[in-house]
Amino acid sequence: MKKILILIAAIVFFAIMLSACGSSDELTLNVYNWGEYISDGSEGSFDTIREFESWYEETYGQPIKVNYDTYASNEDMYNKISSGAVSYDVIIPSDYMIARMKDEGLLLPLNFDNIPNYQYIDESFRGLYYDPDDEYSVPYTYGVVGVIYNANVVDEADAQGWELMWNEKYAGNILQFNNSRDAFATAQYKLGIDVNTTDTAQWDAALEELKAQAPLVKSYVMDEIYNMMESGEAAVGAYYAGDYFTMLDAQAENVDLRFYYPDPTNYFVDAMCIPSCCQNQELAEIFINYMLSAEPAIANAEYIYYASPNSLVYDDQGYLEDIGEEAVAILYPGVEDFSQLYNTYAYRNLDSDTLDYINTLWENLKIN
Amino acid sequence: MKPASKVFTALIMIFLFAPIVILLVFSFNEAKSLSVFSGFSLYWYRELFRDSETLNAVKNTLVLAVCAAAISTVMGTAAAVGINKLRNRYLHAVMDTVTNIPMINPEIITGISLMLMFVFVGRLFGAATSLSFWTMLIAHVTFCLPYVILQVLPKLQQMDASLPEAAMDLGCTPLRAFFKVEIPEILPGIITGLIMAFTLSLDDFVISYFTAGNGFQTLPIRIYSMTKKTVTPKMYALATIIFFVILALLLISNLSDSDGSRAIKAARQKRKNLKAQNSI
Repeated sequence: MKKILILIAAIVFFAIMLSACGSSDELTLNVYNWGEYISDGSEGSFDTIREFESWYEETYGQPIKVNYDTYASNEDMYNKISSGAVSYDVIIPSDYMIARMKDEGLLLPLNFDNIPNYQYIDESFRGLYYDPDDEYSVPYTYGVVGVIYNANVVDEADAQGWELMWNEKYAGNILQFNNSRDAFATAQYKLGIDVNTTDTAQWDAALEELKAQAPLVKSYVMDEIYNMMESGEAAVGAYYAGDYFTMLDAQAENVDLRFYYPDPTNYFVDAMCIPSCCQNQELAEIFINYMLSAEPAIANAEYIYYASPNSLVYDDQGYLEDIGEEAVAILYPGVEDFSQLYNTYAYRNLDSDTLDYINTLWENLKIN
Repeated sequence: MKPASKVFTALIMIFLFAPIVILLVFSFNEAKSLSVFSGFSLYWYRELFRDSETLNAVKNTLVLAVCAAAISTVMGTAAAVGINKLRNRYLHAVMDTVTNIPMINPEIITGISLMLMFVFVGRLFGAATSLSFWTMLIAHVTFCLPYVILQVLPKLQQMDASLPEAAMDLGCTPLRAFFKVEIPEILPGIITGLIMAFTLSLDDFVISYFTAGNGFQTLPIRIYSMTKKTVTPKMYALATIIFFVILALLLISNLSDSDGSRAIKAARQKRKNLKAQNSI
């Protein structure tokens, strides 16, 4: 009996030592990022966090420990940060969340003297609406929504514009977003309505369009789109360009997935920021600067498969060859002035009255 | 069994285990897809052991589960012994109910209230970050405790109360009587409680989600956060491994339980025989 008790005590002691050690006087940096959103050393890739630790020790002669945590949505991250119970040094929210956190004083202005690599961020990614004076954020990835279709079912001639998602020939084969904002946007882009309008009549018009589409829709989906498109269960759906390649990798034998951009369409940017709970701002800026340098930036772009706003990445021959011609053409559609398109067509935070109105319309659609 | 009940049992078994079987099969899939099985491969298991962040999350989860299980077992056993000694019937009922509250309370409420309390106390002491490994450990001990009590208390009630008394009669100190006589008698309950606490702590998501601090992420939280991109088959491999570990633990627990009850029955029989001899 005594032996068992001693054994348990020993295990507890050992476990506590294991978790407590290493936190003595070592520098620590707390990074909070989306899940699966950094090159992590899997499948032989570059292990960004470990490489940063050894790079920092070599450069500054001091060991550092990076605590890397992940979140599932902007709202999850926002709740943790705004509760004041945690302290992260670097976070990577999406555009609209940056605007909100900035307005609520949850972000610190960056000292760009510590981020010289910011020069490699393309000019057209500056002055975006969520951070018009480029004080709080450094773009990490961006993406564009496109239409994915199965070429074995869909006629090549029909594959253009948002009209494909309303084409009666493919009734029962079409997937629509199961998220009010994204679903309404497809109708609004099709009708040429501003996605950030506060005019309720225009939202009504978009609703009519979605109602007309409803009998053709197989189901309203988010993540389920991967398996449904890969297996050929559905033939038409809109999603992000980078995610199209995930589906392409896993498509079944009798499925031939293709992709195109309707015009206009939706854009998003995820950017690195420093929250106001940061404990060591200079260290956080050094980390952001490191993320912008060639090797990690290229590795992350290859791992995440979203487009990078960093010229060290999209001008790198090795990177372009690695991802292949087709991916280059799709990920970097060669828009002339990204900031102008982005500021026109990206979602913004709507006032709560409009949001309530949209939600009522959305429920109305889902009930019928 | 009648054919109808056979069919019914089979159906229930299928509903219970089909998801696990699918997960198991696809963890050996060569490709990334969930719709196409392209060939047997250990590729995802190899990838799993190269993913340092996931392994770190596994380590965190295990450290937390071992600590929480050990602490809640010691505390829970002590609490059960105390509750069992209460002579006042009403007080007994009150204690029973109070200890059951964390078990019946919806997890999300336990999680939020614990987080609020940690933040409040943290602010009171002016700490920059109030959530850490320790807050998470306190939270896990909190929800594991009632399960341990629930396992140990019936064993104490089954035990013949005159056993420790006899030990003390023969010169044992109360402490010695407790360790030499009571503990061996209720050991099956303690072990079951320990294993239950361990598995509960291992797979808890909701409470961990609210009480996790920076730098200490557990596996369920990490898997949940993978939904921006798809969950990779690495996680199927990990889930398969965890499933078999838990299965092994359950088997051990059930075996030790039946061993224990057999031992107790044998001891009772012996005692009866002795009594019978003495009366002659």
